[in-house]
Amino acid sequence: MGLALTLLTLVVALAITWRLLGSYIAALFDGRLHFLSAIERPVYRLLGTDPSHEQSWKRYAGALVVFSAVSLAITYAVLRLQGHLPLNPQHLRGVAPVLSFNTAVSFVTNTNWQNYAGETTMSYFSQVGALMVQQFVSAAVGIAVAVALVRGFARRGSSTIGNFWVDITRTMLYLLVPIAFLTGVVFVAQGAVQTFAGPATVHDVLNGVTQVIARGPAAFMESIKQLGTNGGGFFNANSAMPLENPTGLTNFLSIYLVLAIPVALTYTFGKMVGSVRHGVALVSVMILLFGAWASVTIAAEHQNNPAVAAAGVTSHVGNTVGKEVRFGDTSSALFAVASTQTSTGSADASYDSFTPLGGLGLMSGMMMGEVTPGGVGSGLYTLLIYAIIAVFIGGLMIGRTPEYLGKKIQAREVKLAGLAALVMPLAVLIATALAVSTASGRAGPLNAGPHGFSEILYAFTSQGNNNGSAFAGLSGNTPFYNVVGAIDMLIGRFAIIVPVLALAGSLAAQGAVPESLGTFRTDNGMFVGLTIGVVLIIGGLTFFPAVALGPVVEQLAHGRFF
Amino acid sequence: MLIHLRRAIVLSLLSMIVVGFAYAAAGTGVAQALFPFQANGSLTAHGSTLIGQNWSSPRWFHGRPDDTGPYATNTATGVVGGDNPLVANGVHGQSGATNLGPRSRTLLADTRALVRYWHHLGVSPTPDLVTTSGSGVDPDISPLDALVQIPMVARATGVAPSALRALIARHSHGPQFGFLGASYVDVLRLNEGLARLESRSTPRRGPSRTAS
Repeated sequence: MGLALTLLTLVVALAITWRLLGSYIAALFDGRLHFLSAIERPVYRLLGTDPSHEQSWKRYAGALVVFSAVSLAITYAVLRLQGHLPLNPQHLRGVAPVLSFNTAVSFVTNTNWQNYAGETTMSYFSQVGALMVQQFVSAAVGIAVAVALVRGFARRGSSTIGNFWVDITRTMLYLLVPIAFLTGVVFVAQGAVQTFAGPATVHDVLNGVTQVIARGPAAFMESIKQLGTNGGGFFNANSAMPLENPTGLTNFLSIYLVLAIPVALTYTFGKMVGSVRHGVALVSVMILLFGAWASVTIAAEHQNNPAVAAAGVTSHVGNTVGKEVRFGDTSSALFAVASTQTSTGSADASYDSFTPLGGLGLMSGMMMGEVTPGGVGSGLYTLLIYAIIAVFIGGLMIGRTPEYLGKKIQAREVKLAGLAALVMPLAVLIATALAVSTASGRAGPLNAGPHGFSEILYAFTSQGNNNGSAFAGLSGNTPFYNVVGAIDMLIGRFAIIVPVLALAGSLAAQGAVPESLGTFRTDNGMFVGLTIGVVLIIGGLTFFPAVALGPVVEQLAHGRFF
Repeated sequence: MLIHLRRAIVLSLLSMIVVGFAYAAAGTGVAQALFPFQANGSLTAHGSTLIGQNWSSPRWFHGRPDDTGPYATNTATGVVGGDNPLVANGVHGQSGATNLGPRSRTLLADTRALVRYWHHLGVSPTPDLVTTSGSGVDPDISPLDALVQIPMVARATGVAPSALRALIARHSHGPQFGFLGASYVDVLRLNEGLARLESRSTPRRGPSRTAS
C-alpha cells in the first residue's frame, strides 16, 4: 500500500516536471530566458566572453577540459590548506595529499566517491567552498555536454555547438541554484542541520551519556547533492544520517530530486530536435529498465537477511541490516535503485548489507552505463550513444541507411559512439583485475568470500560510471585505491565527454537527410526495444563473468557463511 | 588556451563565492530564522531527537544495537556486538554502518550474541533490535520493537505494562502522510515520556521504584 502510493506519487510528480522542467530547460538553452540577465551580464563581462559568440566542438571541449583541470586544482588546494583556512571549528588539519587528489577528482567528475568521513575530515570551508561548489559546477558541466550533443542533432550545417561558459553559467543560475535553494528549505524544516556553529556537546542526565553531535551546513548541500546527481554527503553515513535525511518525506524528496533533471532532459531533447516523440522513446527506455530493476531490488530487500534468519530471528519487515527504521526496507531499496541508476551514489542504507540479489540489482544498474535515467546530462548523452549504436545495428540488420533524426550515422559517428560506449567497461574491468591480482588491492575488502570480490567490483563500477555509491566495507583510503580509483573516475568522465562533443560537432556540421520510405523509424516501440537490447547486451555481455564471481555465487551459496 | 585558463580561474572563483559561500550563508540565514530548532540539530534537554543514545539500563527502552547503543562494550554479558569500530563508527560523533555482507560469519555471530543478550533480559527480540542501522546512530525503533521491551521495562521500573503500552502508542508515528517511510518511535522522546510518567507516579508509588 505504502509502496504503491509512493510509486504513484513519484510517477505523477515526474510526469508533471518531465514536461514543465523539460520545456524550461529547452527555453534556457534556446536563449529564451532572460529574467536573471542582471546577474548574468556582469559574469560574462568578468569572463570576457561575448554570450552571442559560439564555439566549435574543439574549443568547447578545450574550455571544458581546462575548466575541469582548474576546478580540480582549486579543490585540491582547498582540501590541503583547510588547516589554515577559516570556518574550521573542529580545527581539522589539511587532508592528506593522495586522499585530497582522489576527493578532488571525485567531486569534479560528478562522482562523489568518498574515501573519507565528512564530519571528522572536512572543515566547513572545504565542504561549502570546495565540495559543494563542485556539486553545482560538475552538474552544470554534465548538462552542458548533453545540450551540446542535442544541438548537434538539432542543427543543420553548423560549425558551432554553443558557448561553454554561457551554458554552465546559465545552468547554475537558472536551474540548479533556485531548485536547490527551495528544496534545501524543506530539508531544514524536516530536521536537517544548517549551522556554522560547530559540533554540540550534550549530556543526558537520564542515562548518564555524553555525546558530541556533529553538525554543519548540511541541509542546503543535501539538496544540490541530490538534484545534481552528485551523492557526496556531508556526513559519513550519507543519507542514512538523520541530520542529513531526517524523515520519510525528505527520503522521498531525495528520490524525486535525483530523477527530476535526468528524466526531464528527455523532453528537452525532444523539444529541441523538434520531435517530442523521440524524447518519449528515450524516456520509455529509461522507465522500462528502471522499473524492472526497482522491482527486483525491492523484492530482494523484502526477504530476510540470511545471517539474521540463521540466528533464529525471522522478519516480516525484510532485511533490516544497515537500514534505518524510519525508512523501512521498501523506501530504502527504492532510494538505492534511484541513486545507483542516476549516477548519484547517495545512500540511505548500507548497500554492503543488502541481500545478494539486492546488491546485484544496484551493481548491475550501474553496469548498464548509467542511462536509466543516468546522471544530469550524462544520462542523456550516454543513452544517445546507445541509441546511435541501436540505429547502426538496426540499419545493418535490415539493410537500410542508418539515420537518426535526419543525420547520417556513418563510420566516424559509429567509431566515436563505440569508443564512448566501450571506455567505461574497459576502465572498470581492468581496474578490478588489477585490484584482485595485487596485494594492496586485496587488502581492501572488509568481507570475506564472494562478497569481498563484490566490494572491489562495486567500487570500480561505481567510480568508472561516476556514481559514487559504495559497498562501503572496502577500505578505500589507501594509496592504491585512491590513485586507481581517481584514474577510473577521470576516464569514466572525460574519455566519454570528449568523444561525445566530437560527435556533437560532426552531427552539427551535417545537413539534414530528408526522411524517406527507407528511413528506419526511431520514435516507436520497435526502436525502444532495440535500444533496450543494446543496453542489456553491452552491459550484460561485458560484466556477466565478473558478476557471476560476486553476487551470483553469494546468492547461490545457500546456508554458507564466509 | 590561455584565454580558457583565465576564464576558468575567474569562473571557479565566482562559483566559490556565489554557489558556495553566498548560497550556504543565505540558506543558513533562512534556516536559523525559520527553523532554529531543526537547523541546530533538534536538541532537547537530553540530547538530539535525531541521534541515538546508549540506553544500557533495562529501566529504559533501548534503541538499536549501534555503536552508540548498549551492546558495543557490554562486559557484563560478554557481548561484543554493534558496529565494527574499525570501519567508521566508534569514533566520537561519527556516523557509519557495519557494512557486513549478508553471508558474513561476523554478522551471524554478532546477531546470535544479540539474541542471547535480549533473551537474558527476558525480551524476545525483533529484527531491528538485533541488527545495526545505516547511520550507526538510528534514533528510532518500530512500535513493535518498543512493545516487545515492555516486560523488561515494567520489571525494572515498576510502571504498569498498560501504562507503558499507552506511552508507546502516544509516541508512535505512522508513515509520513500515511505512506512515506515506515512507522517509528523516537527512543529519546519515548524515554523522556517514561521519565515524566515516573516522576508523576513517584509520590503515589513511593519506594517501589527500582533503579537497577
